[in-house]
Amino acid sequence: MSVDAATVRRIAHLARIAVSEGEVPHLQGELNAMLDFVEQLSEVNVEGVEPMTSVTLMQMKKRQDVVNDGEIADDIVANAPATEGHFFLVPKVVE
Amino acid sequence: MTDLTSLTLAEARKGLADKTFTSLELTDAHLSAIEAARVLNAFVMETPEQARDMAKAVDEKIAKGDAGPLAGIPLGIKDLFATKGVRTTACSKILGNFVPTYESTITSQLWRDGAVMLGKLNNDEFAMGSANETSCFGPVGNPWRREGSNTTLVPGGSSGGSASAVAALLCMGATATDTGGSIRQPAAFTATVGIKPTYGRCSRWGIVAFASSLDQAGPIARSVRDAAMLLRSMAGHDPKDTTSVDIAVPDYEAAIGKSVKGMKIGIPKEYRLDGMPAEIEKLWSEGAAWLKAAGAELVEVSLPHTKYALPAYYIVAPAEASSNLARYDGVRYGLREQAKNITELYENTRAEGFGAEVRRRVMIGTYVLSAGYYDAYYLRAQKVRTLIKKDFEDCFAKGVDAILTPATPSAAFGIGEKGGADPVEMYLNDIFTVTVNMAGLPGIAVPAGKDAQGLPLGLQLIGRPFEEETLFSLGEVIEQAAGRFTPARWW
Repeated sequence: MSVDAATVRRIAHLARIAVSEGEVPHLQGELNAMLDFVEQLSEVNVEGVEPMTSVTLMQMKKRQDVVNDGEIADDIVANAPATEGHFFLVPKVVE
Repeated sequence: MTDLTSLTLAEARKGLADKTFTSLELTDAHLSAIEAARVLNAFVMETPEQARDMAKAVDEKIAKGDAGPLAGIPLGIKDLFATKGVRTTACSKILGNFVPTYESTITSQLWRDGAVMLGKLNNDEFAMGSANETSCFGPVGNPWRREGSNTTLVPGGSSGGSASAVAALLCMGATATDTGGSIRQPAAFTATVGIKPTYGRCSRWGIVAFASSLDQAGPIARSVRDAAMLLRSMAGHDPKDTTSVDIAVPDYEAAIGKSVKGMKIGIPKEYRLDGMPAEIEKLWSEGAAWLKAAGAELVEVSLPHTKYALPAYYIVAPAEASSNLARYDGVRYGLREQAKNITELYENTRAEGFGAEVRRRVMIGTYVLSAGYYDAYYLRAQKVRTLIKKDFEDCFAKGVDAILTPATPSAAFGIGEKGGADPVEMYLNDIFTVTVNMAGLPGIAVPAGKDAQGLPLGLQLIGRPFEEETLFSLGEVIEQAAGRFTPARWW
């Protein structure tokens, strides 16, 4: 399988990465090189094989349902590029 | 005092305990070495004041006889580890001047045990790379050069700053992380020792995430014993990481010098690649001979899905990365590019903040997870991953204690020499290491020799889950036989 220019633009949008028209051919080439490389997986017989979901054989650990963190709003917003009080600021989302 | 930097960690521990020198003296010697080696670009942030404060505090503790196992030992920290109050960037523009308000579990354990932080080390952006060339702070120089040449070589990656700093005697050890070979490959390129422990052995909490099912932290050090000492402090259960395993941490150092007599060492035939350089082949046979001379038994083994590990990795790792890196949105931390609306804000911030390699991997990851392609790519890769793990399980079920392979398909190469036209050329560096991440196993790289140009080469030992001790015992046999390698200082 390989990707065309329209697919490159679609993927870029899905990934929320702005891509200029000039970058598309280059990206298309690189993505196709990667897809060519992974193509060899199609020769592996995976019939009846379970997909890996966890590399270690362990039960998912469960935590106590208790409050053990919080009250750190100052810390949470400390690195934000734009804030007002304890709120993150973004461009207007709802008209 | 500069010769203090050439001590191993074990030697420094003794000198500190005997009061031959103080941690402050040891720390100052390293701070001077760092200053004199800025051309290597191994450190992206030096923290001399903090280092001296930590050293003074630990000297007081040593005086009181209340010293931890790493008391007074100066270390470098890969910039992927969150350090409270000290800028942490993953060497990406998108994190900008991010200053964590918390400390990663691993580094907090190192400080608990008395280690001293010298600064933050360079790495490939978000640990994506095999040459430390994708860092937003620029490439790192390898302290090793080809005989008779002035060309600066890469130290490998992604933990290139860690490997370079340890090899150049700028720190006594360093933290590193390994998703596809990022501890072991740079260790092999710089004649240092690097161990990626079993998945779940070290907490991932507070480490910038790349591909969470593969990421695992470990140390890079100048000897097998030093690596064992560091891993003991880094490992351990952490309730804050659900994949961290609740198994007691052994005294890894006790495994050093333990007999390897009767151990069964697998030599996987699939690692004998077409066109493999003769010197790698020779190194591999030498390593096998050393282990045999120490009483181990060599057996040929087969890991039939080896060749599919790298392509499967280049689906699984980018897929997880595309998901993990979704958090860099220009809203909560880091870089923010101005835009008219929220979508443009995301798109412009991520286009500006991520470097070319990261953008490429996030896009591939997005593609293989997208509707209509998930089954063909991602699901198939996860099935192949099951088969890769089963290869190892079958091998261990036959009584094999560890597997010996080359660490890398070549020695270090020049900056800008690889991957310019085709990204896959660079990816092939991890061909011997990536299988270990896919199967969640422990792997150690130990310096074992030099190539014809005088560059170091390493061997890799792969162990059963949570049997890092076996790797330390076997690794030390190789170290004893091969000797230690130190680069001639040119910086």
